[in-house]
Amino acid sequence: MISRLTSGERSIALMLASTGALIGVLMGAFGSGDPMGVHGWIVLAFCGALILVIGNNFYDPEPSEDRTLSYYDDPTKAGLIIALSWAVVGMGMGVWVACQLAWPDFRFENAWSSFGRIRPVHTTGIIFGFGGNALIATSFHIMQRTSRARIPDQVAPWFVLLGYNLFCLIAVSGYLMGVTQSKEYAEPEWYADIWLVVVWVSYFTLYVRTLARRNEPHIYVANWYYLAFILVMAVLHVVNNLALPASFSGAKSYSVFGGVQDAMTQWWYGHNAVAFFLTSGFLGMLYYFLPKRAERPIYSYRLSILSFWGITFFYIWVGSHHLHYTALPHWVQTLGMTFSIMLLVPSWASAGNALMTLNGAWNKVRDDAALRFMMIAAVFYGLSTFEGSFLAIRPVNGLSHYTDWTVGHVHAGAMGWVAFITFGSIYTLAPILWKRAGMYSAKAVEWHFWFALAGTVIYVFAMWNSGITQGLMWRTYNESGTLKYPFIDTVVAMRPYYIARAFGGLLFLSGACIGFWNVVMTIRRAPLKEPERDYPMNSEEPQVAAVAGK
Amino acid sequence: MKEVRDPLTGHMTTGHEWNGITELNTRVPRAIWLFILVTHVWALIIWILLPAWPVGTTYTKGVLGLDQRQQVNKEIAAAERAFAERDRQIRERSVPEIMTDVSLMNYVMDTASAIFGDNCAVCHGTAASGGPGYPSLIDTDWLWGGDTDQIMETLRVGINSQHPDTRHAQMPAFGRLGVLSGRDVRLLVPYVKSLSGSDIPAEVRAAGEDLFSRNCSSCHGADGMGRLQAGAPNLTDDVWLYGGGDNDIFYTIWDGRQGWMPAWQARLSDEDRKMLVIYLQELADGERP
Repeated sequence: MISRLTSGERSIALMLASTGALIGVLMGAFGSGDPMGVHGWIVLAFCGALILVIGNNFYDPEPSEDRTLSYYDDPTKAGLIIALSWAVVGMGMGVWVACQLAWPDFRFENAWSSFGRIRPVHTTGIIFGFGGNALIATSFHIMQRTSRARIPDQVAPWFVLLGYNLFCLIAVSGYLMGVTQSKEYAEPEWYADIWLVVVWVSYFTLYVRTLARRNEPHIYVANWYYLAFILVMAVLHVVNNLALPASFSGAKSYSVFGGVQDAMTQWWYGHNAVAFFLTSGFLGMLYYFLPKRAERPIYSYRLSILSFWGITFFYIWVGSHHLHYTALPHWVQTLGMTFSIMLLVPSWASAGNALMTLNGAWNKVRDDAALRFMMIAAVFYGLSTFEGSFLAIRPVNGLSHYTDWTVGHVHAGAMGWVAFITFGSIYTLAPILWKRAGMYSAKAVEWHFWFALAGTVIYVFAMWNSGITQGLMWRTYNESGTLKYPFIDTVVAMRPYYIARAFGGLLFLSGACIGFWNVVMTIRRAPLKEPERDYPMNSEEPQVAAVAGK
Repeated sequence: MKEVRDPLTGHMTTGHEWNGITELNTRVPRAIWLFILVTHVWALIIWILLPAWPVGTTYTKGVLGLDQRQQVNKEIAAAERAFAERDRQIRERSVPEIMTDVSLMNYVMDTASAIFGDNCAVCHGTAASGGPGYPSLIDTDWLWGGDTDQIMETLRVGINSQHPDTRHAQMPAFGRLGVLSGRDVRLLVPYVKSLSGSDIPAEVRAAGEDLFSRNCSSCHGADGMGRLQAGAPNLTDDVWLYGGGDNDIFYTIWDGRQGWMPAWQARLSDEDRKMLVIYLQELADGERP
C-alpha cells in the first residue's frame, strides 16, 4: 500500500506519524501515573507501528500507475476489514454484557470487567468502531463513484481512517481503566475529543474536495446524507464535549454545563448521534447500495428530498424527549414530543422510498440474501422510527422510560437497521472492491442473514416483554394503595428475558463471524472478475470502449 | 442522459445518472402529505394546549394551564391526604393494638413488604432469612434484642452507623492485633464449638476455658450466652452469623468482626419503621411451627 504513495506523500505520512509519536511521548511523560500516561504509550505504539510500515517501504520506486484511470480503494478495503473486526469485538462485548445481566458472576471479580466499564466498550465498539468505520469506508467508495472522480490525494483518507481508529482505541482502552465523562455515547475524555475534532475536520474537507472534483452535474442524494452525518456530528461533538480539563496531565475534565442544562445538552447530542450518525449516514449507504444491488431506479427523487430535509430539520429538536418528567421545564418536553411526532412521516418516507424502489426486484430479494439484508433494514428502519416517535409521547414514555423497552428499541435500530444495511452493503461492496465474481459463499450469506434475523427478533421481543413487564410492575399498586412490588421482584421477573436476550445476541454475533470469514475467503479464494465501468470520468477512453463492447 | 420512462412503474426518470443509479421523478404520494398534515395539526393543537414555546424569558403556558411541577405537587398532596388517617393510626396505636385490627394489618403487610424489599432485602434477603454476615430476621436470635421497642431502636439508629446514638459493637481482631497467638486461637476454636454441644478432649477444654475467661467472657459472658447491651452474640446456640466451620471461627477471632447496619431514621418515616417491625414479627410468626 505504501508503494502506491509518491515519495512526497510518503514524507507527509512519515511526518504525521512522527508528530503523533511525539505527542504520544509527551502524553506518556506528563500523564505518568494517570490513565493519560497509558494512553500516551498507546498513541506512541500506534504511530510507531505506522512509522515502521512507512519507513520500511520509504525508498520503494515511485508508483508508475496513472491515477486518472482508477479510483483509490485501498483505504476503503482497509476500512471494511477494520469495521468487521470491530463488529466481532463489539458484538462479543455485547454478548458478555448481556451475560453479566443474566449471570452476574460473569464479571470474574475484575474492576476492568465490571458492567459499567465493558458496557461502553460494547456501545462504542458497535456505534463508532463498527458503524463509524463502515460509514467512512463506504463513503470513500460512494463519494468517488457518484462523483466519477478519484479522491484528491492518498494521504488524507488514510489519516481519516487511521486517526479515527486511534480515537476508538483511546476510547475503549480508557473505559477499561475507568476513564469516562459519564456522558452516554460521548464517554471519551477531553484529549480524545480534541483528536476526533482534528480527524473529523479532515474527513469533512476530504469529502468536499472530492465533490468539488466531480464530473457529474448533480450531487447524488447519498452524498447529502453522508455530509449531513459528518457536518452535524462535528457540531454535536464539539458542543457536548465542551469541558475544562482538571489538569493538562490527567484524564479528568469537567463539563462547562451544569445540572439540567448539562442533561439537555447531552441528550440533544445523544439523540442526534442516533439521528445523524446512525440514521443519516446509513441512509446514505442505503441510497447507494440498495438501488445498485436491486438494479432499479430510486422510486422517487422528490420523496428523497422531502425526507432528507424533514429528517435533518426535525431531528435537531427532539432530544428533550429523553428527559420527560424530569427537572427539565415542561415546555421543552412538549417541544421534544411534538417534533418527534412530526419527524415520523419524513422517516417513513425514507423507508417507503427504499421499499418501493424494490418494486420490480422482489424476485431478487427472494434469491439474493445481500439485497434481503437491505430490505429487512428498511423494514426495521420503519419499525424503529415509528416506535421512537411513539415512545416520545410523554405518557407512553412514563411507562417505557428507564425500562428495557428503551434497550429493545435501540437494538431494533442498531441490529435490524444499522447492522443489516451495513452487512447488505458489505456483501455488495466486497466483490466490487476486490474485483471478484461474487461472495465466496452465497450459502454463508444466507446463514448469516437468518442468524442475524433470528437474533434480532429474539432480542427485540425479549426486551419488549421485559421492558413492559418492568414498567407495569413499577407502577402496580396493591389494594391498600401502596406500591405492590419491591424493585428486586422486577429483577427476578426480567431474568428469563435477559437469558433470551443473551442468546439472541449470540446468534447475531455468530452471523457476524460467518460474515467476516466469508469476506476473508472472498478476498483469498473467490474467482476474479473485473467490475463493469468502475473508473473516473477523466478516463473517457476505456469507458467508451466498454460501452461499445456491450 | 435523457429523461426516460420506467417501463415497470410508468414514471419518468429525472435524467440524472450516477454510476448506474437513476431516480424516478415520482410525485410524493398523497398519503404522505395527508400524514404530514395530520401530525402537524396534532402538534399545533398540543402547542395550544400545553406549555410549549419559549418567548423571551418566559414561555407560552398553554390554555389547559398544565405544569408538571404543579401536577406532581398536587398528586403528592392528594396521596398524603389519602394516607394521613392510616398513618395517624399507626403512629398512635400500640403494636398489639395494630396487630388485632384486621384492615389496618392488611395495609401494614401490603405496604411493609415493598418497603422491606426495597430497603432491607439487599442484605437480609427477600425472605429475611439472612446470609453469611447478615443475620436472619425470622429466627428467635436477636443480637440487640427482639422486643418491639428494641427492634425499633435498632432500625432507628443502626449498628456501627454514623447516627449519634448508634448501637456499637466490635469483635476485636485478637490474632491480628497480637493479643492472642495463632496457637491460642486454634485452641479457642474447638472450645467455642463445644459451647454449643460438640465433644472435645478434657485438656483442650481446660486450655480453651482459661483463654475464653480471660479474653472473651467480658462480652460473651462466662457461660458464652452473650450480652445484649454489647451486641455480643450467644455462642451456645446453632446460629453462626459468620459461619460455624473451624476456619470461619478462626478468622472471626483472628481478624475480628464489625457488622454494619445503616441508621434508617432519616430515610424511613417513623410509621414506615413501625410497620417494618410488625411485618418482621408476622414473618417470624409464620416461620414458627
